[in-house]
Amino acid sequence: MLAKPRFKWLPMPYHSILLFVTWLLLNNTLAPGHLFLGSVLALGIPLLTSSLSKPQPALHKPMHTFRYALRVLGDIVTANLEVAIQVMGPIKNLNPGFFAVPLDLEGELPITLLASTVSLTPGTVSSEVSECRKFLYVHALTMKNEEELIQTIKQRYEAPLMEIFSC
Amino acid sequence: MNFLLELIVSIFLLIGGIFILVGSIGLVRLPDFFMRLHAPTKATTLGMGGLLIASMILFTVRESGISVHELLITLFLFITAPVSAHMMAKTALHQKNKMIERTTGQELIERARQQKAPDVKSSLND
Repeated sequence: MLAKPRFKWLPMPYHSILLFVTWLLLNNTLAPGHLFLGSVLALGIPLLTSSLSKPQPALHKPMHTFRYALRVLGDIVTANLEVAIQVMGPIKNLNPGFFAVPLDLEGELPITLLASTVSLTPGTVSSEVSECRKFLYVHALTMKNEEELIQTIKQRYEAPLMEIFSC
Repeated sequence: MNFLLELIVSIFLLIGGIFILVGSIGLVRLPDFFMRLHAPTKATTLGMGGLLIASMILFTVRESGISVHELLITLFLFITAPVSAHMMAKTALHQKNKMIERTTGQELIERARQQKAPDVKSSLND
């Protein structure tokens, strides 16, 4: 289940791509010199740092990450509108809540992704993970039905993440 | 620079500005720390998004060649905003910051502070 490098000279292929793209974006150019320098950095830095990184779970369905990213982006826009309306409306109508979401995800990267998603989307901020990595404590700005909110988080965000990481 | 471009850019700037303003108003109006945390993490991501889209459109049209390094700011914002929100919420839990009284589920706070699972008898497990 853990990601294994396919080539010895390319220990972290996704990191290499990310570094290359980031370098070009930082310089805002496609000049040949920067293409060359970017590829040298993208190949060299992972070679130096790969021994420091922990093994992470392999992406089972990489294409699903794009769908997930689009869904989260859409939800961020709705979350912003919702929170904006709630913030401007009467404060006494807000019923904040604190609750625990039982996690079926395993591994630090998937849980981190879920916690970040929860923080970015409708009215919820993740505030703590239990030591056993089985529960995520979440604070909601306003909530009507605790059970319903937990189910939304599990079905809308956790299920696709489980599919992506196949755990 | 023609009128249409100016119009589109100013609309995006306005949207961004309004959302950032709402986020700041939220900081002032909301009653406790945990609720206040919601306003800047959410309302400002869209605000920044609006400003960055305006910047991308303006510089793509004005200086020949597309300008996309604003995407990097978006990327860094999406990585750092949830992490800093999480760290602040965590710190507030450990500092025993009070939540306002009508917050539901306050009995879980003690368990969360110790990073323990909530009591098994709670019906969340099924």
